[in-house]
Amino acid sequence: MLDVIEAPTETQFEFITFSAGEQSFCLEITQIREIRRWTPVTKLPHTPDDVLGVMNLRGAVIPIFDLAARFGLGTTPDNERNVVIVAAAGGTTIGLLVESVSEILSVDKSAIQETPDIKSEAARQAILGVISVGENMVRVVNLDAVLDNEMGGAV
Amino acid sequence: MSNSSIRDTFFEECEELLEALVEGLSAMEENAEDMDVVNAVFRAVHSIKGGAGAFALDRLVNFAHTFETVMDKVRSHELSVDESLMRLFHRSGDQLADLVEAARDEREPNAESEAAILKELDTYLGDADKSDDFAFDAVTLDFDAGPVPIDLSEPEPVMRHFDIRFQPTPALYSNGHEPLLLFDALAELGTLSVQANLDRLPEFDAFDPNDAVIDWRLSLETSEDETVLHEVFEFVDALCTLDISVREEGDEPPTSAVLPEPPAQEPETDAEPASPSLVPPPSSEPKPAAQQSAAQQSAAREEPRGPRPTLRVDLERVDRLINTVGELIINQAMISQRIEELELPAVAHLTNELEAYKLLARDIQEGVMAIRAQPVKPLFQRMSRIVREASEATGKKAKLVTVGDSTEVDKTVIERLADPLTHMVRNAVDHGLESPQKRREAGKDPTGSIRLSASHRSGSVFIEIADDGAGLNRARILEKAIEKGLVAPDAELSEQEVDNLLFLPGFSTAAEVSSLSGRGVGMDVVKNAVSALGGRVSISSVPGSGTTFTIVLPLTLAVMDGFVISIADQTMVIPIASIIETIRPNSKDLHCIGTNGQVISVRGAYVPIVDVARNLGLTRERAPIGTGVLLLVSTEGQGLTALRVGGIHDQRQVVIKSLESNYGAIPGVSAATILGDGKIALILDPDELVKLNPGAPFLPPAPSPRMELRHA
Repeated sequence: MLDVIEAPTETQFEFITFSAGEQSFCLEITQIREIRRWTPVTKLPHTPDDVLGVMNLRGAVIPIFDLAARFGLGTTPDNERNVVIVAAAGGTTIGLLVESVSEILSVDKSAIQETPDIKSEAARQAILGVISVGENMVRVVNLDAVLDNEMGGAV
Repeated sequence: MSNSSIRDTFFEECEELLEALVEGLSAMEENAEDMDVVNAVFRAVHSIKGGAGAFALDRLVNFAHTFETVMDKVRSHELSVDESLMRLFHRSGDQLADLVEAARDEREPNAESEAAILKELDTYLGDADKSDDFAFDAVTLDFDAGPVPIDLSEPEPVMRHFDIRFQPTPALYSNGHEPLLLFDALAELGTLSVQANLDRLPEFDAFDPNDAVIDWRLSLETSEDETVLHEVFEFVDALCTLDISVREEGDEPPTSAVLPEPPAQEPETDAEPASPSLVPPPSSEPKPAAQQSAAQQSAAREEPRGPRPTLRVDLERVDRLINTVGELIINQAMISQRIEELELPAVAHLTNELEAYKLLARDIQEGVMAIRAQPVKPLFQRMSRIVREASEATGKKAKLVTVGDSTEVDKTVIERLADPLTHMVRNAVDHGLESPQKRREAGKDPTGSIRLSASHRSGSVFIEIADDGAGLNRARILEKAIEKGLVAPDAELSEQEVDNLLFLPGFSTAAEVSSLSGRGVGMDVVKNAVSALGGRVSISSVPGSGTTFTIVLPLTLAVMDGFVISIADQTMVIPIASIIETIRPNSKDLHCIGTNGQVISVRGAYVPIVDVARNLGLTRERAPIGTGVLLLVSTEGQGLTALRVGGIHDQRQVVIKSLESNYGAIPGVSAATILGDGKIALILDPDELVKLNPGAPFLPPAPSPRMELRHA
C-alpha cells in the first residue's frame, strides 16, 4: 500500500493534517491544490449523502464530498471552521469537506506505519498508513480509494 | 525531435495527402484530361511513397510505387482513363489509405485485397515498368526530401545574359502594377541594366496619362534560370508584351546593356505612372545573399499551390482557451450583475462600457469556437468510399454528390457523426437505391445518386442524406413493425409516424440480411447518436423519387440557449430547444387522474404533468395544483409532457460544463453551467427527467448516453 506515495529519492514527506468525524487524517501535500472556506454548494439530485453537491472552482465544476460521511463517521455538522480541501488525483479534482485543518506535518518515510490489520476491508482500502504524532494517530488518506468509490456510495 | 514525433507528423501529412488524393480522383472522374488534377493525384501518391520510404514502410512504398507508375502512364498519355481504370484508381486510393492506417497502427494490412489490386494495376503496366526496381526509388526519395539545400549549396556558377523586352499595356497600370518593382525584383537576381524606349512618347498636347507609351529593354546578367525570370513577370504576363531571350556566352553585349544612366527625363513625368528615372542604378555585382533569397523564393514558388497556410495546434491548448473564454463570459455576466445591483444613476457611462465589454467577450468566444470548427469535407470524403464499397457489394451503381462540404462544424460533432453517417449512407445505397435494372425500368439513370449536403441555417447545422431511389415502402414498414410487435396490428398511423418506425430499436427492412446493413443495429443507433449530440433526425420520402434524412445539430456543443428556471429552492437551466411552449396553467385545464397523476388539457389533448422537483428528489410534497409554470416538451419516451417548474426567470446563453469529468452522470441532468453570480446551475435533460421515478431517494447513476456511444 505504501508504495503509492513512495518516491525513490525523497524520504521526507509533507502532509497536511485535518480532522473529520472527530478523527485525525492527513493527505500528502502534493495532492492538495488549495484549501478554501466552505461556501454553499449546488446540490445534486439523486446522489448519496456524502456527496454534498458541486462547486464552482474558477470555472471548473467540482464535486464536494463530506469526508466524514464518506468514511461512515456521520455527517459533518455545520461549523464556521469547516473548510474544503481541494485535491487532485489522476486528472479529477474533488473537494473534501472537513471539520478543520490543523498543521503541516513533515515526517520521515520510516515514520509512516502500515495500516494495522483491521477487519474492515473498506477502511484498509481508504487508509494508506498511519503516522504517530505525540499521542495522536494520524491516518493517511488514500485519495485514489476515495475517488474509486466515488460512484459506489459510502465506503 | 524524436523519431516517433517525425513519424506522427508523417502520418498526419499522409491524412492530408490522402484527402487530396480522394479529392483529385473525384475531380478526375469529372474530367480525366485535366493534367493539373492528374498531377495532383500523382504528387499525393508520390509524397506518401517518399515519406514511407524514409520510415522503411516497404509495403506502403511498394504499393504506392505501382500506383504511381500507372498514374504516371496516365500523365504521359500512354494510358487513357476509362471507367474501369477509374474504379481501380478509387480502390487503389482506398487500399493506400488502409495501408497507411495499418502502418500507423503497426498492424498487418489486408494482404488479399492488396495483392488483388496490385495485380490489376500490374496489368496496366508494360513489362518494362514491372522491372522497375525500388533501389531507384530510394534515390528519388532522398532528392524529394531536400531539393532546397541542394540548390543552395551548389549555386550554378554559370552566368548568362538575358535580354528582356518589356512593353506594358495600359491595363498593367490600371491593375496597380508598377514596373519599377518588377525591375527591382530582377535586379535582385543579378546585374541589371534598364533602358527606356521613349520613341512612342507623343507631343505634350496629345499625351494621355492613362496610356502606356513607354517600353523597356532590360539586360540581366544572372546565374538564375529563365523560369525564374518568368516568375518575376508571372502576375503581369497577360498585361504586357514580354520577350525574354538568352544571349549565349561570349556574345557581344548589345549597346543597351551598358547604359546604366537613366535616359533623359520626360517632361510630363508626374502623369506617367512609372518613369524610367525612378529605376535604381543596377547593383554592380550580384549579392550572394540576394541570390540565395531569390533561390529560396523560387523554390517556394515552385511548390504547387497548396491549401492556405494553417497551424497545427494541440487540441488540448484550444480546449483550455475555450474554457478560459467561457470563464470570461461568466465573469462578464457576474460583473454586469454586480453593477446592476449597485443601482448607479443612469448617467453613469459604465453601461456603455459594459455593453462593449459584453460584445467583445462574445466576439472572442465566437472566434475561439471557430477554431474548433472544421469543415465537414473530410467526413464527406470518407463517405465516397462507403458509397463505392456499398455499391460494389450490392451490385448497384451509385455516385456520391456532396454539397456544402466547406460547412464548418464542431470537431467533436464531426468525430461523433462519422459512425451514424456511415450507417445512413450505407443504408441509402443498400435499401434506398433500386437495382440498375429496376431503375432503368422506372426510367431513371441506372446510376443512383446519393446526395450528401451540409448547411448552416438559423444557428443549426443541417446535414441531409438524400437518395433518388424508390422511397420508403410504407406498407412494408408497417407490416414489418406489426410482425415484430412494435405496433399494434390495428394501429392507424400517419405517414410521418410510419416513417418514424424506422427509428425504433431492432427494426430492419431489408428482406434479406445483407452483409452491409440490416445487422440489427439500425436507425435507432443513428437516432441515439444524433440526440446525444443535441440534435434530431427526421425523414421525408416521396415514393418513386427518393428518401431524405435530415440531421439537425446545434452549431456548438459548448454553448446553448436555455431558460433559467427555479425548481424547489434551486436554480436550474433547461435547453430552449426542447421546449415547445410555456403554459401558465389555468386551474380549469388541470385534471387529476388516479391518486398521483395530473394532466393538463392543451387544445383538447390531455398531457401528463411531471413535477420536476419531485422527479429530482428535491422535495417530497407535491406542489399545489395550479402553481408554477408548465413547460411543454416533446420527449422520446412518453411523447408530449408538461414539466412543472417553479418559475422562469431569464433566457440566456449558457456555457456548458461537463459534470462527468469530475463526478459522473446524474440522471435527469445533462451538464452544469455557471450563472452570473458564480453559482453552479444544473442543466436538465427533459428526456431523462420524465423517466425518473418521482420521490425515489437514490438511484444509482445510469451510464450517460454519451458514454454508451463511445463504445458503440
